[in-house]
Amino acid sequence: MNPVHLILAIPAGAAVLLALLPGYRLAARLNVVAAAATLGASVAPFFHRPETTPLLLIDDFNIYLILLTAFVAFTTSLFSARYVIHEVTTGRLPARYLRFYHAMYQAFCFTMLLALTANNLGVMWVAIEGATLTTVLMVGLYRTHEALEAAWKYFILCGVGIALALFGTTLMYLAAQPVMGEGMPAMTWSAMLPRVGAFSPAILNLAFVFLLVGYGTKVGLAPLHAWLPDAHAEGPTPISAVLSGLLLNVALYVVLRYKMLLAGNAQAVAPGPLMITMGLASLLLASFMLYRRRDIKRLFAYSSIEHMGIITFAFGMGGSLANFAGLLHMTMHSLTKSAIFFAVGHISQVKGTQKIAEIRGLTESQPLLGWALVIGVIAIAGLPPFGVFTSEFLVLTTSFARAPLLALLLLAGLLVGFGALMLRLQGLAFGAGEGGGKASSAALLPLFLHFALVLCAGIYLPGPLVAWFRTVARLLG
Amino acid sequence: MPGFATLPYDVAHVLDTLVLVLSFALLYQRRLFGVLTIYAWQALLLAAAAAWQAYAQDAPHLYITAGIALVFKAIIIPIALHRIIVYLDIHRTIETALGVGATLTVGVALVALSILLVLPVTTASGALTRESLAAALSVVLLGLLMMITRRNAVSQVVGFMSLENGLILAAVGVKGMPLVVELSIAFSVMVAFIIFGVFFFHIRERFDTLDIHDMERFRGERR
Repeated sequence: MNPVHLILAIPAGAAVLLALLPGYRLAARLNVVAAAATLGASVAPFFHRPETTPLLLIDDFNIYLILLTAFVAFTTSLFSARYVIHEVTTGRLPARYLRFYHAMYQAFCFTMLLALTANNLGVMWVAIEGATLTTVLMVGLYRTHEALEAAWKYFILCGVGIALALFGTTLMYLAAQPVMGEGMPAMTWSAMLPRVGAFSPAILNLAFVFLLVGYGTKVGLAPLHAWLPDAHAEGPTPISAVLSGLLLNVALYVVLRYKMLLAGNAQAVAPGPLMITMGLASLLLASFMLYRRRDIKRLFAYSSIEHMGIITFAFGMGGSLANFAGLLHMTMHSLTKSAIFFAVGHISQVKGTQKIAEIRGLTESQPLLGWALVIGVIAIAGLPPFGVFTSEFLVLTTSFARAPLLALLLLAGLLVGFGALMLRLQGLAFGAGEGGGKASSAALLPLFLHFALVLCAGIYLPGPLVAWFRTVARLLG
Repeated sequence: MPGFATLPYDVAHVLDTLVLVLSFALLYQRRLFGVLTIYAWQALLLAAAAAWQAYAQDAPHLYITAGIALVFKAIIIPIALHRIIVYLDIHRTIETALGVGATLTVGVALVALSILLVLPVTTASGALTRESLAAALSVVLLGLLMMITRRNAVSQVVGFMSLENGLILAAVGVKGMPLVVELSIAFSVMVAFIIFGVFFFHIRERFDTLDIHDMERFRGERR
C-alpha cells in the first residue's frame, strides 16, 4: 500500500470522526492520537519510497517537510489539548465549539499534507484553498469583534491571493499545453519538469508573477501580509502555532515547486530577484513593525513575517549554500516559533491578558514558563547556540560573498528585529514579578522537545541530515 | 487559427466581451440590488460562454461548469444575497466609492494593462485563447478594483465573485484544461462560506476603512 494514502487518510478520517463525536475531552485526546498516528505514518516514506503517481509525489524535497509538518501538528495537538480544556473551564470558549474546532484541526492537517504530497498543480491549489477555509473558521472561533475582523480580513486577502494563484496555475497550463498536449500531464509537476525547457518563457514569467504574489500572500510576504498578525493574535493560540509553524512553510513550499519549474527554462526570467525583493521588503517592514507591538501574540506574528522574509531571501539567492540555509531556517523557524506560541498561550492563560504592558517579570512569577519564553526569544532572535543562529549565519555569509549590498540590508533588518525582541523580552521576563496568575498547569513537554531539537541543530547537525539538505539544496537549483 | 471556424470564434468573443462589459457595469452601480442584478447577468453570460466553449472545444465536462455557473451563481447566490441584504437592512445604502468617473478611468486603464500584458506573451497560442484570456484578466482586475473601492461587505463579496467569474472564464478559454470542474466547485464552496459568514456574523461594513485613524484603532492593538 502507498504510505502517502495512509498519511492523507488518517487526518481526513479523523476530521470526519471528530465532527461526529460529542464530548470535548475525548475529542482532544482523539485529536492527539490521530496526530500521533499521522506522525507515525509520515516516517514510512523514508523506508519505502512510494512511486510517483499522477496525483501524488514523494521526493527528497517534500519527504522531510511531511515529517516536520506531522511532527509540529502532533506536538501542537498535545498543547492544544491542555489549552482548550483551560479555555472551556474558564468559560472563554463554549464546549460545543470544540467539536468543530477539533474536526477543523484535523481537516487543516489533511490540507497541509495534501499540498505537500500533491503532484498535480490543480490539486495543490485546492489543498491551499482548503487550508484557508479551515483556518479562517478557526481564527474566528472566539466570535469577538476583533476575532471576526481578523477572520474577515484573512478571508478577503487570502481569497484574493488564492484567486491570483489560480490564474497563475491556468497560465502555467497554457504554457505547458502546446508542448505536453491537452489533459492531465500538462498539469502534473513531475511530468512538466523534464520538458519545461520547451515551454514559452514569456507565459512562464507571467504565470510565476501571479503565483508568487498569490501564494506569497499565504506565506505572509509584504505587501500582502496584513492578514497574518490579526489571524495570529485573535485566533486560539494552537492555531497561531500551526499557522506559523506549518501553513507559512507549506505555502512557501508551493512557491518553491514553481521556482524549480522556472529554473528548468533557460529563457524564463530568473525568479531569484523577485523573491529577494519580496523577502527583503518583508524582513525590513516586519522588523521595524516589531517595535510598536503591544500584543504579545502580534509581536511574534510580526517575527514570523520577518523570518519568512529571511527564508524567501535565502531561496531567492539560490545556489547550494543559500538553499541549504533556507531549508535549515524553515525547519528551525517552524520548531522555534510554534514552541514560542505554546509558551505564549500558557502565559496569556495564566495572566489572563495578551497585552505586553500587563505581563511583567515572568521569570519570577512563573519561572518555568518565563524561562521557556526567554529561551524561545533568544533562539528566534538568532543568538547562538541555537539552530536559528546557524541558518541565519549561513544566509548572511553567503549573501556577503555574493551580493554585499543586499547582505547589508539583510543584516540591518536582522539587527533591528533583534533589538525589538530584546527590548520586549526584558519587560516581559525580568523585573519585579507582578503577582497575578496561579500556578500553571502547562504542557511543557512539547515546548522543551522543540527547544531541544533546535539546540541540537545549533550545536551539531547529524551527518545524514546535512547530506539530505545538500541533496535537496542541489535539487532546488 | 487551427480547429476553429469563424463562428465559434465570433460567438466566444462576443460572450467574453459581454462579461467584461458587465464588470464595468458593476463598478458604477451604486444600489446594492442593482449590483446583484448585474452580477446575476454576468454569471448567466459566463454560463453561456462556458457552454459555448464546451461545444466549440467538444469538451463535455465544461457543460458541468456552465451548469454550476447557471444554477449556483446566476440563481441561488443572487437570491441568497438578496435575502441577506433585506435581513441586514442595508438595501438603502448608497455607496460612497471612489467616484464613478475615477473608478471607470482606473477600470479602463486596467483593461488596457491586461491586454498589453497578455497579448504579447501568448503569440503562440490560438487567437481565441489569447483574447478570452485578456478579457478574463480584465474581469479579474476589475473585480479586484471593485473589492478595493467598495465599503460594504456584500458588494465586496460580489466583487470577489465577479473576480472568480474572470478566473472561470480564463480556465474554460484555455483549450483542454483538466480539473476545471473541480476547481470551479472548490471556488464555489469558498464563496458559499463567505456568504454564510456575512449572514452569520451580521457583517454590514467591511472592517478596514481607508481612514488611517480608524485603521490604527481597528487593527486590534488592544490598549
